[in-house]
Amino acid sequence: MIKLLYFARLREDLGTSAEDLTLPAGVTTVAGLRSHLIARGGTWASVLADGKALRVAVNQDMADPTTAIKSGDEVAFFPPVTGG
Amino acid sequence: MPTIRVQTEDFDAGAEMAKLRAGNPAVGAVASFVGVCRDRNDGESVATMTLEHYPGMTEKALAKIVDEAMARWQVMDVTVVHRVGELKPTDQIVLVVVAGAHRGEAFAACEFIMDYLKTRAPFWKKEQTPEGARWVDARETDDEAASRWAPGRKDAA
Repeated sequence: MIKLLYFARLREDLGTSAEDLTLPAGVTTVAGLRSHLIARGGTWASVLADGKALRVAVNQDMADPTTAIKSGDEVAFFPPVTGG
Repeated sequence: MPTIRVQTEDFDAGAEMAKLRAGNPAVGAVASFVGVCRDRNDGESVATMTLEHYPGMTEKALAKIVDEAMARWQVMDVTVVHRVGELKPTDQIVLVVVAGAHRGEAFAACEFIMDYLKTRAPFWKKEQTPEGARWVDARETDDEAASRWAPGRKDAA
């Protein structure tokens, strides 16, 4: 099981802020997880589509597409940040 | 020991500056930055702004930026306060205070912390305008400002 979090525009567009997901077989990286979520279709496919500017954090550290994901991780998807 | 706070309440920059150097006779320079909510952005008037963050990661990201600044410049202590929730024009958003022996290092560390905060700390702004609510887009100029500090860059301090 992994914990998924969505923030800001992604949270609003996806209509959810958090979910628990059983890590699907074969999903071992951030890129793999993103593809799995895109495969849900509909809004998921459009919001998370390749080319959309989004950032991913694994266990609260910025990650890249090759970052490994394992059961127990917290994975967050969000737009580029705009604080300050 | 740096102070990092994410809060809905306003802050008192003067009090934070006084606290940061209190009782430390080695401090010769205190540099600070205050970011303020403006009434216009990208040609639209802004009525209110809502700031969202990622509790846990935001504090961690700020601490990491401050640690990096303290490793890179000879400064003694740092305070960062960032507000979240609903803000209106003229409200203070963010405070960075750096105390050090000399102004050059304090100024540089303060600017570095702000540039990195703008591109690496998970905060998101949503503005209420007469045309409706809109999420603020990240700016390329902020990425450029942060990239100046990359090691090896000629203009990096």
